[in-house]
Amino acid sequence: MSEPRTPPPPSAEGTRPEVTGPAPGPAGHPTIVLQGLTKRFGALTAVDDVSFTVEPGTIFGFLGPNGSGKSTVIRMLCGLIVPTAGTASVGGFNIVRDPERIRERIGYMSQRFSLYEDLTVLENLNFYGRVYGLRGAGLEARRDAVVHLVHIEDRLGQRAGTLSGGWKQRLALACALIHEPRILFLDEPTAGIDPVARRELWDLLFELAGEGATLFVTTHYMDEAERCTEVGYIYHSRLIVSGAPRELKRLPGVTPAGMHRFEVRCLAPDGASLPTRGLLILRRMPGVRDATIFGDAVHLLVEEGVSDATLRAAVEGNGIARAEVRPMAPSLEDVFVALTHAEEAKRRAARAGAVA
Amino acid sequence: MLRGLPAIMYKEFIHLRRDPATLVLTLIIPVLQLVLFGYAINTDVKNIPTVVYDLDRGRQSREMVTALRNTEYFRIVGEVYSDRALNDAIVAGRAKVGFKIPVDFSERLLSGEQATLLVLIDGSDSTIAMNALNVANALGLRTSLEQIGAAPSVEVRPKMLFNPDLKSRHFIIPGLIGIIMQNIAVLLTAFAIVRERERGTMEQLLVTPIRPLALMLGKMVPYGVLGFVETCLVLVIMRFIFGVPLRGSVVLLLALSFLFLLPSLGIGLFISTVAENQAQANQMAFFVILPSILLSGFMFPREAMPAVMYYLGFLMPVTYFLEILRGVILRGAGLVHLWPNALALVAFGVVILLLSAARFHKRLA
Repeated sequence: MSEPRTPPPPSAEGTRPEVTGPAPGPAGHPTIVLQGLTKRFGALTAVDDVSFTVEPGTIFGFLGPNGSGKSTVIRMLCGLIVPTAGTASVGGFNIVRDPERIRERIGYMSQRFSLYEDLTVLENLNFYGRVYGLRGAGLEARRDAVVHLVHIEDRLGQRAGTLSGGWKQRLALACALIHEPRILFLDEPTAGIDPVARRELWDLLFELAGEGATLFVTTHYMDEAERCTEVGYIYHSRLIVSGAPRELKRLPGVTPAGMHRFEVRCLAPDGASLPTRGLLILRRMPGVRDATIFGDAVHLLVEEGVSDATLRAAVEGNGIARAEVRPMAPSLEDVFVALTHAEEAKRRAARAGAVA
Repeated sequence: MLRGLPAIMYKEFIHLRRDPATLVLTLIIPVLQLVLFGYAINTDVKNIPTVVYDLDRGRQSREMVTALRNTEYFRIVGEVYSDRALNDAIVAGRAKVGFKIPVDFSERLLSGEQATLLVLIDGSDSTIAMNALNVANALGLRTSLEQIGAAPSVEVRPKMLFNPDLKSRHFIIPGLIGIIMQNIAVLLTAFAIVRERERGTMEQLLVTPIRPLALMLGKMVPYGVLGFVETCLVLVIMRFIFGVPLRGSVVLLLALSFLFLLPSLGIGLFISTVAENQAQANQMAFFVILPSILLSGFMFPREAMPAVMYYLGFLMPVTYFLEILRGVILRGAGLVHLWPNALALVAFGVVILLLSAARFHKRLA
């Protein structure tokens, strides 16, 4: 499940993935709608006037640095916290008026492992199954299905507390899925687990989305964001942007008018890559706005006058035998960095205006 | 209303089973407490350590000392030979009472004059002092009557109903059972929900459609069963180790004990809906437990308390339960006599459970 996924068309009609099982909400309506959602804890505004929608069958990646308000949004949507202002609906139900109806329809995986460590894998699954009203053959069938889905067959008798991080997350996902929810909230599901387990978890999420479930995932891994069909970026409690990753990369603010992005690979005579040396040279070049190392290459944002030939000429020599220069599209990280800078500039201007 | 109740109950039983240390401590500690306090708390004033300063050394004075000893209230720990030694014995705490028999004691008695017996009493423990005084006075009166060969014109013939030997243990131990049971029930359940909050398991539970009442009851039942087992255990110890007779119906006692567990577990639950961590829960539990020991009538008769304290006692379920325990165990009382107390327990239980369920919002903040 690692082939690139094309986001669904942004329009409401058309070839949206077919939803199987109970529909997440009234047909043709978004699964999750936030309107001016705000949460204040005393003087602290944790979530400030956030609005966006999530269409059925999408994987919505909710991004932002730690403490930006991601978990607060997810907890409000799950009915764990009451918003201070604004409204939101999940699966067509209002989060303040109908939290119980929402709870029956959603699965939730919290940031911290929140299952019973002294219970076995099987006991945890049975417990959550029963809490959701499953019993007898129905419970068994669902349990077998989620056990199979997350491949936890061999560990059913193991105490949950003795599982490794990756297995804990699988168990948490299995418990969150036991009642076949069509909407799934995952709060940093891959935090603190190893890369292989992370990849496998995402494969699982794609599988679920392929079956028509709507996934709302918070993360601060950019590579995970790239995999989402839609992303929203929250910074200092405010939503900066939301949309499909491909669209976001085309936003005017990301690569300002008259600017280009290049990827430069600086190679030593023996063919070894020397990104650090390249970076030092490129940073000092006139017309270079931004230079960062990305793997063994340097990513550049340059002014129009700077061409690939100028770059190559500047770098070659100085111990660097050869430079490979390629024009490139911005990454999501570039998008968020650019938008964050723009937001901070706007704030500074606003503050300055307020003072003046 | 109660979806998820069996699931919660079953899960709590697994928690209990997986934590044998807590389980054993829960069962053993009250037993140890009962045995320890059962022996330690004894308000019977007998065998008061006593010294005698006999200046007379006649037959009459020796008879007087024997009479004192025969009351069993005074245990002669020694003789002294000066006023100073008599005083020192009491100041040093070797004796609580000192008798001084004057040099002319026998002589005056024989000649029909009034003889004097000096009694020195350590008044710092008022119960002991009062008893010593009463016994000494009665003894003096009896000796006087014998001297003149007269019978008392009014003879008081008391008949002690229940506890004829006036053993304070018989009064204390049933009360102790009530207090101990209250403590386990309150503490066990107070931790039940707080623990989920502390371990982070509450968050996952809250996003399920579980009903608050189902969660509350599901948490109560397993600890209720545990508390009930404990009750049986301490009753056996009371009957067979301390030899306190059980005059009433065992079935009635167990049934009413079960009723008492309801409000006690309920108080624990209520605490756990307020407290944020186990330390807070612990403090709140003791905030309930401590006054209940003093105001329930466990230690001091409630009738002797100031009105405010007396009425405060009615706000504690254990007050009613102590009535039930003492009634059934010591006086053989039946439901006919105890129904108002039983009713009060049920009312307390229902109210506190509903309050807890109402307080327990399925919210994190």
